Amino acid sequence: MKADSPTPKKGFHLTLRARENLYGYAFVMIWIVGFVIFTLVPLIQTFQFSLNNVTVTATGIKMVPVHWANYSRALFTDPTFVSLLIEYAIETLVSVPIVIIFSMIIALFLNLNFKLKGFFRTIFFLPVVITSGPVIQELVAQGTTSVPGIADSTGITAILSQLPSYLSGPIEYLLTSFILILWFSGVQILIYLSSLQKIDQSIYEAAAIDGASAWESFWKITLPSLSTTTLINAIYTIITLSHFSENKVIKYIYNQTYAVQGGFGYAGAMSYLFFFVLLLLLGITAFILSPRSGKKR
Amino acid sequence: MLSKIDINKIKRFLFGSRSSYGALFTIVLYLLLIALGFVYLYPLLFMFVTSLKSPTDLLNPMVQWIPTEIYMGNYVKAWRVLNYPTTIVSSILVSVIPSLIQAAVCSVIGYGLARYRFKGKGLIFALIMATFIIPAQNTAIPQMLTFKSLGLLGNIFAIILPALFGQGYRSAIFILIFYQTFMSLPKVLEEAARLDGASDLKVFLLVGLPAAVPAFIVSIIFSTVWYWNESYLTLMFLEGGVQTLPMQLAKFTQAYENLYPSGMVNIFDRLNEAVKLAGTFLNILPLLVMYFVLQKWFVESVEMTGITGE
Repeated sequence: MKADSPTPKKGFHLTLRARENLYGYAFVMIWIVGFVIFTLVPLIQTFQFSLNNVTVTATGIKMVPVHWANYSRALFTDPTFVSLLIEYAIETLVSVPIVIIFSMIIALFLNLNFKLKGFFRTIFFLPVVITSGPVIQELVAQGTTSVPGIADSTGITAILSQLPSYLSGPIEYLLTSFILILWFSGVQILIYLSSLQKIDQSIYEAAAIDGASAWESFWKITLPSLSTTTLINAIYTIITLSHFSENKVIKYIYNQTYAVQGGFGYAGAMSYLFFFVLLLLLGITAFILSPRSGKKR
Repeated sequence: MLSKIDINKIKRFLFGSRSSYGALFTIVLYLLLIALGFVYLYPLLFMFVTSLKSPTDLLNPMVQWIPTEIYMGNYVKAWRVLNYPTTIVSSILVSVIPSLIQAAVCSVIGYGLARYRFKGKGLIFALIMATFIIPAQNTAIPQMLTFKSLGLLGNIFAIILPALFGQGYRSAIFILIFYQTFMSLPKVLEEAARLDGASDLKVFLLVGLPAAVPAFIVSIIFSTVWYWNESYLTLMFLEGGVQTLPMQLAKFTQAYENLYPSGMVNIFDRLNEAVKLAGTFLNILPLLVMYFVLQKWFVESVEMTGITGE
């Protein structure tokens, strides 16, 4: 497959291979430069900050090495950071299945043939366009994102107060932000929909002739065909939830960045710990959802 | 008396046949979707209705969904508090300009990745995906210090500069969109152009770009929406200078107190949830207009760009 450009060319003195290398790099060079300046170097600097006590002075920044003190402070001394981090991890792990199941159900509905299909598609994608931190903050503050009539019932508040905080926190989050969690399904619905449309209809016809019910067809044909898409959607969901500016950990890190007792070093250490947990969540999800049957193909 | 044929007809009407779903199923489907759609849009409906309530309606427990009068006073106040005409212009600039640049740069990068085989391409791909995962917090502070030393803090260039180098907000997705688009472009077209003596740059400009119009439209509108809604980096890089709508909404209470000091105004002009929600609605109004005008491009974006194509 090497000769993918079989047309003869006049007057070039580079081999085809070297030429492709050269032009390929010419096109992506701007990205490489940008990556180094705006991502790689800041990433290293943030890590460097995290190992120092950083103070901003009139002339620049002053760094005093403190080794891993910022990390141990975040993990063992700071009373809020670890509990926020655990809360974030649990909330994310709870939200992902909700988003996945909801977006799959909606996609299955929208994949049927009925008249107002386009209209409902527009409705279920709408939140993607308007979801910004401050807007969500206002909507949550006014209590609009909870399931109407459930979250504020006294029975539930009574039960919640009995539970330990690491359990009651996520449940409360679920009750007060249920609609908000669903709002993170917009893109996922579209991705499922496009995967559903790619499944060969003749498989369903063959299954129906063999006497499979629609229910059986769903479990034996539809769901296995969607396994890769589910993994993509789960990863996308985790990343959008984690990067969302209303995320409590992010808010805490931001507040500490300019706080007197915090500073760039402490914020950097917390950023790396947060990044590590995010990678852990992605790893767990990829492990659970990776299509094992794919190896048999 | 119904004949057997009639019963069959009714059965088919209710429960469907091989070619249609049947009335019963259709009704259940619509009811389900309407119920889900209502729950889904409940926050928006609540916001809109509340923002039209007068202070008396707000205190009246009988008034739930239908205000006794359409009260625009909340919008008048929110308009002033948000400093709407100025902030909307800066929000448009801060979201549209980086988006246009981001789309242009990502098309170049995506083209290079899709049309050339070169050493280290796999690594570059992996790094592009990594930029999608890395939280902004892990790079924002040194970036902010750099912009500070360049005197760009509070200036729109602090947002433009990363976009110019393919490191804009969620750039990985846009590079992927263009990559998919250019991958599906038949090689024959490129070869034909080459036979006519076109250079690589010319092939990109004359063969590649015209085929990527849908990718451009999808990238620009999504990028605009995401830049508009982004509020961490804008807070980090623009605070003290350019004020976008979400930034202004985030300090709505404070700004309200400045305009209407609580000791100076009568009880009806105190800050209440209706004013806040009017401000929130003004915040998303431009996006809603954009969405309903360009909805086809939004909801069909995945098919149009083939981003999930394996």
